[in-house]
Amino acid sequence: MRLELYGKTISSRLLLGTARYPSPAILAEAVRRSKTEIVTVSLRRETAGGKAGGAFFQLIRDLGVQVLPNTAGCHSAREAVLTAKMAREVFGTTWIKLEVIGHHDTLQPDVFELVEAAKILVSEGFEVFPYTTDDLVVGEKLLAAGCRVLMPWCAPIGSAMGPQNLPALKSMRAEFPDVPLIIDAGIGRPSHATAVMELGYDAVLLNTAVAIAGDPAEMAEAFAKAIEAGHIAHHAGMLEPRDLAVPSTPVIGKGVFA
Amino acid sequence: MKLTVNGEALELNAGNLADLLAKLDYEGDWLATAVNGDLVHREERAAHPLKEGDRIEILSPMQGG
Repeated sequence: MRLELYGKTISSRLLLGTARYPSPAILAEAVRRSKTEIVTVSLRRETAGGKAGGAFFQLIRDLGVQVLPNTAGCHSAREAVLTAKMAREVFGTTWIKLEVIGHHDTLQPDVFELVEAAKILVSEGFEVFPYTTDDLVVGEKLLAAGCRVLMPWCAPIGSAMGPQNLPALKSMRAEFPDVPLIIDAGIGRPSHATAVMELGYDAVLLNTAVAIAGDPAEMAEAFAKAIEAGHIAHHAGMLEPRDLAVPSTPVIGKGVFA
Repeated sequence: MKLTVNGEALELNAGNLADLLAKLDYEGDWLATAVNGDLVHREERAAHPLKEGDRIEILSPMQGG
């Protein structure tokens, strides 16, 4: 029941962001306790002559996990492509979490620029993890552009609202049965993660819900278990809801006392 | 010469990008650089001359989600 992402086989279905933890030590502990194998990182202007970035990079390298750099904060295909190239230079990976933000308040992806950036990056040898909406047509365009993974949101980044449109996520799963689908953004609690995994999603990418928790490392473990539970439940085949009661205890052979 | 480095205006003479990094005390093999919106690879920095008005970005690994 392992997951394959661009030829890399992973066992943990939790991908963890590295932002907003109370300290580097707590981030490291959360990564260890979650057993995640993939963490997202970013690139920012260096102000300390390289020392700040160097210290963070060393921490990530020591964790021994796969790095998934992002293009967070980019608002155009051009900006995202340049950021991706700079990330490849720094992190030495062709993996890129492609974010092109289109809306100031919701951080909703600009799907037009996203598809454009994906085309360019794929042609330049990148393996693109696009942060997208739950729109099927956009999903098709991204796959046509050469993406082999899709990362739909389930609610705005950092909102903790959980899945806002389960039917849309369900049709995306049905429409792309063989494409690894990772829920990215909007998860607030472990039960949200279980819910999307029960739909048959392949993995969940989280950050704020873990980083801002009272005990981030403990929450990371809770999420890892919730994601695993949802995944196993999906495979086990779940009972569909029905309108009327159905007795679970056999009726035949019951005592008659009247 | 006038340069803009990470959004800040600087008055500094640097023959090339590698020279600029050295003068500003930047070090480490984890830095990524761009000049006027184009990536300049690590190994190309010494051969990349700077000119008046160039905009330079120096990025490094940071926490992200």
